[in-house]
Amino acid sequence: MTAEHTPAALPEADFVIRAQELVKTFRLGETIVRALDGVSFAVGRGEKVAITGPSGSGKSTLMNILGCLGPPDEGEYVLAGEPVSKLSGNRLAEIRNKYIGFVFQTFNLLPRLSAVENVELPLLYGGVADAPQRAQEALETVGLGDRMRHEPSQLSGGQRQRVAIARAIVTDPAILLADEPTGNLDQSTGQEIMALFDDLHAQGRTVIMVTHDQEVAGRCERQIHILDGRIANGAEDARGD
Amino acid sequence: MLFWTTLKVALRSLLANKLRSILSMLGIIIGVGAVIAMLAVGAGAQKQVLDHVTALGSNLIMVMPGQPRSGGVRGGSYQTLTVEDAQAILAEVPEVEKASPVARGNGQFKYYNKNKESSIMGVTLTYLGIRNFSIEQGRNFTVSEVEQRVKVAVLGADTAEELFGEDDPIGEQIKIAGVTFKVVGVLKAKGTQGPFSFDDQALVPYTTAMDRILGTDYLSEIDLEIAEDSDQEAVQAAIEDVLRKRHAIRAGQDDDFHVRNMAEMVETATSVTRTFSLLLGSVAAISLVVGGIGIMNIMLVTVTERTREIGIRKAIGAKDRDILVQFLLESILMSALGGVVGVGAGVSVAQVSSLVSGFTAVVEPVSVALALSFAVCVGVFFGFYPARRAAALDPIEALSYE
Repeated sequence: MTAEHTPAALPEADFVIRAQELVKTFRLGETIVRALDGVSFAVGRGEKVAITGPSGSGKSTLMNILGCLGPPDEGEYVLAGEPVSKLSGNRLAEIRNKYIGFVFQTFNLLPRLSAVENVELPLLYGGVADAPQRAQEALETVGLGDRMRHEPSQLSGGQRQRVAIARAIVTDPAILLADEPTGNLDQSTGQEIMALFDDLHAQGRTVIMVTHDQEVAGRCERQIHILDGRIANGAEDARGD
Repeated sequence: MLFWTTLKVALRSLLANKLRSILSMLGIIIGVGAVIAMLAVGAGAQKQVLDHVTALGSNLIMVMPGQPRSGGVRGGSYQTLTVEDAQAILAEVPEVEKASPVARGNGQFKYYNKNKESSIMGVTLTYLGIRNFSIEQGRNFTVSEVEQRVKVAVLGADTAEELFGEDDPIGEQIKIAGVTFKVVGVLKAKGTQGPFSFDDQALVPYTTAMDRILGTDYLSEIDLEIAEDSDQEAVQAAIEDVLRKRHAIRAGQDDDFHVRNMAEMVETATSVTRTFSLLLGSVAAISLVVGGIGIMNIMLVTVTERTREIGIRKAIGAKDRDILVQFLLESILMSALGGVVGVGAGVSVAQVSSLVSGFTAVVEPVSVALALSFAVCVGVFFGFYPARRAAALDPIEALSYE
């Protein structure tokens, strides 16, 4: 099973994500729901992968575990060479800060901070010295060098998402984890954001898109389709092997 | 770096809800203001007592007639002290350097159409030295004037001012309780205030006062000045011995007089003002605690409102401690700001009360520091629970909070 959802033979060191038999259960009243029921796959460095599936399929739960927001109940998760499935609390916060750049559907910028202050924030939590400098560079990368002092309320949706992307890449994380990044944007702005992700991918970043939008998924090299807490189709579809 | 950003965020979120922040700070403002004002008034009262004592001189000992007790009820004063007692003390206790009999009364003072009620102090000429008075104008009375019961008076500064205004009182005739006296001198003002001011009285020879005005053979007080470095306790005991022997009081019997030194008077006065300050201070402390509860309440609301923000911060790498510090800083900022405003309010209240009551309230830097640090402690104490709740939020739940 594992082999099917793993890119073609890569040296061990080039895997960014290795997930083995991930299980997560929730209790809903009397019944126990297995939101993830043994999911195994791997992602190589520099890949662009889509995780798709209808709502309730468990893809959000998978994203939370991949994003180190909470540990799985069972299974192994190795992120950038570090086993993280048994970690919790503050250790996970450090891992998130170091290895993961989140991009959310609703942007999730802090309202009373300027664009550059929002982008600085992960660096401050990580204790990085030259935060203002790096935040500025990240904003220039996403094409917002001229909007640094603006607060989120003064920016358009597309600009806000660019700030969010700058915040995600500023720590130079192992993976960019985007949850429906175009879901709150109109068609053309969504296209711009997708183009930005393409650029970032072209620069060698590993991108994981969680989406149910087929067009977004279609621009990825590989799709992992989740259905009822399991992987329903393999990576071979997208890779054509 | 992170600290400054956190502080900036805290300040901005307080400013974003100005009215709410001010209302939550009100309790702290009132509490701190009350503490400052109370302590200032207490310190002012204490200072006034000490000024009084300094004006009297610290080597003053007063002998008063005892108060008879029958079945626990205190009656008027015994009539026990005589001029001979005063002379005996001066003769037999070597440390006693000066002694003055005091026969005190009240009476109407009249000079033409001017009229006032004042104290009449029948004393001898050493009284000025014992009580640290000095002559501003004219002279003290003489030994022969005391011996011959001459009707001469030395007026207190305020009394002279009220009766004579700009005029020169020396040599003028005034009526004291219907008896005509010649004014021979005016005392230098001591600047004491209140109903027992030392500047509102007339000194007359005790012989004159006892025979011609009060009609008594007994004294209301004997004032003594003792040598500078003598042991107050021992001198006091020696004075008591002399008087017990003279009054034929047997061992085990109660004295019919009592002897008080200045140290005791200071102690009594300070313990009264201390109790007063403590009482008012604890009322103020209660209002600080109430203010703290107000802050806790608003912080709990803030944490709920900003659940999503907490989720975002955690997602990008904030540790529990970072969130804790952030919200704690916000509540401390609120209480410290309230404290600063409260200090301002307290100082103004103290100043206004000085103007109104006529006795000076003293704002001490120590009480400002005390009130401010207490306010900050309130912020820490009542901010901790909401901050810990914020820090303990689960990032997944916080992120999906609507």
